Amino acid sequence: MDFATLLQMLDATLRLATPLLLACLAGLFSERAGIFDIGLEGKMLAAAFLSAAIAAVSGSVWLGLLAGIGASMILSAVHGLASITFRGNQLISGVAINFLAAGLTVVIAQSWFRQGGRTPQLAGDARFNPIELPFADDLQDVPFIGPIYYELISGHTILVYVALLMVPLTWWVLYRTRFGLRLRAVGENPAAVDTAGVSVIWLRFAAVGICGILCGLAGAYLATALQASFVKDMSAGRGFIALAALIFAKWRPWYALYACLLFGFLQAMSLRADVIEGVLGFQVNGQLLDVLPYILTVVILAGFVGKAIPPRAGGEPYVKER
Amino acid sequence: MTLMQKFLGASAALALTAGTAAAEPAILFDLGGKFDKSFNESAFNGAERWAQETGGSYAEVEIQSDAQREQAIRRFAESGANPIVMAGFSWATPLAEVAADYPDTKFAIIDMVVDAPNVRSVVFNEHEGSYLVGMMAAMASETGTVSFVGGMDIPLIRKFACGYAQGVKAVNPDATVIANMTGTTPAAWNDPVKGSELTLAQISQGSDVVFAAAGGTGVGVLQTAADEDILSIGVDANQNYLHPGEVLTSMLKRVDNAVYEAMLAGENLETGFNVMSVANRGVGFAMDANNEPIVSYDMLAATYAAAADMAEGTLTVHDYTSDESCPALDF
Repeated sequence: MDFATLLQMLDATLRLATPLLLACLAGLFSERAGIFDIGLEGKMLAAAFLSAAIAAVSGSVWLGLLAGIGASMILSAVHGLASITFRGNQLISGVAINFLAAGLTVVIAQSWFRQGGRTPQLAGDARFNPIELPFADDLQDVPFIGPIYYELISGHTILVYVALLMVPLTWWVLYRTRFGLRLRAVGENPAAVDTAGVSVIWLRFAAVGICGILCGLAGAYLATALQASFVKDMSAGRGFIALAALIFAKWRPWYALYACLLFGFLQAMSLRADVIEGVLGFQVNGQLLDVLPYILTVVILAGFVGKAIPPRAGGEPYVKER
Repeated sequence: MTLMQKFLGASAALALTAGTAAAEPAILFDLGGKFDKSFNESAFNGAERWAQETGGSYAEVEIQSDAQREQAIRRFAESGANPIVMAGFSWATPLAEVAADYPDTKFAIIDMVVDAPNVRSVVFNEHEGSYLVGMMAAMASETGTVSFVGGMDIPLIRKFACGYAQGVKAVNPDATVIANMTGTTPAAWNDPVKGSELTLAQISQGSDVVFAAAGGTGVGVLQTAADEDILSIGVDANQNYLHPGEVLTSMLKRVDNAVYEAMLAGENLETGFNVMSVANRGVGFAMDANNEPIVSYDMLAATYAAAADMAEGTLTVHDYTSDESCPALDF
């Protein structure tokens, strides 16, 4: 394997890790506040659909992005209403959101555009285009660093950089602000937060809302940056891999970045069976690479590598008085 | 009593003949819906062509869920529709159940085989059409490397890949054919993101023409090919219009012809096997204003010559599904 091939694989890793990372951070906010969310997949799908639809109709990808975030936040609100206000089962609400999104997107797309549940192709400003970072062309010929900067770091859509910036931002919000401290506390011991005179309901809704925004970004990235239209079920299980990454990362922002990059790299490897064969000298089954994220997560959960302890109040609706 | 029986029998016969005289064909679309820009729309176009040319009318239904299949067939059969045409292999199971209950009704199913005396099973020689677009890919390629992205790894899709590789090697024996499948579950039909990444990986291995036989995943393949300025090849319906001037051609399955012929035959529909091949224009490749500028005269001449040889039987293409192996490609 030569340097150029490695760079291309890392490039693919970054593209594939971006939706995982955004969804993973979305789940992190929600679950750190004590609301389990297996509806990440559905929210991404709804955002992918509405962002592509609005971008196609309006011709502006930014309006599309807003609409996508809006769609995701509506589903977040449903999840919040069911699991916070009405104290329903969070897992069931999440499953319902996944089903709702999978069905509604196709039905609406079909009656709106009549293209078999797709949205029209996006072109030009209706789509996120790659941006060249400054000096990318000039530095291209500098040995080693030049190709890395040109191939790997420059030339992605803006959402990739946003996703990467979200990692330190999430860390800062969670560990360096009063809001973050309360948010983490509400996931560990909501009664203590309540005693301190802070609204548990409000904090949890805020966390679920942030989750909606991030899922909206992830969905819009799929449909308007990586692709140029919505296709049914296009999230293809990425919301679930993001959940696996969240557990793998033990609900911490920086570990989430590493986990998503690792899972992205595994996906990129499964695209290049020839390279793996060249490096290892034998053929590796592509399906094995596809299931590795889940296997690794099970290994972590089983306690072989450190311990993954979820937020203590996770999954339990807060009841003030009995 | 006997008189009564005769009377009843006569009126029943009268009712039957009246029914047959007014029998109109019916078509049942698959879940994608009749405006899916692909398989079902092609079937719809065939039915429309029949209606326009004969002035007749037909009954139709777009189902919303798998549970409606058997009910839909029965309703049309009860109402006296004849023949009843079904687009899509998913109709096979309900049709096998229902066909025997309506021995006087003729059925046609596209893309699958149902063994019943009143059913016509229409299947396509996808390997022949894939061979033709493989030839065009090899002629259009400048790098000598072309590629294939399949959807779910099933024998039908390997049949496409195998025919394609044979066509490529026929033009350029030294050419490299890279074949990738998107996955092994039905999710592989709808993962355009992975389709895009597979295409990018193939481009980095030197491919400059990519053939997608992958349903919704193919949308991502064609998009990435257009973004990266390489040529792509569509499948099933004519997809040249998706990226004018950047889609080399599309491998066509003339579902519309199959529907048209079945409706034209009416109640005299011949049952049994019906193979749609290059010889009866059941499969082929698409030429229109969108790809005319990028297909050279030599390319067309060579491809048409091969098609003519296939039609005459002097050129046979190996069918992967016949023995689960491919002479031109390793899976």
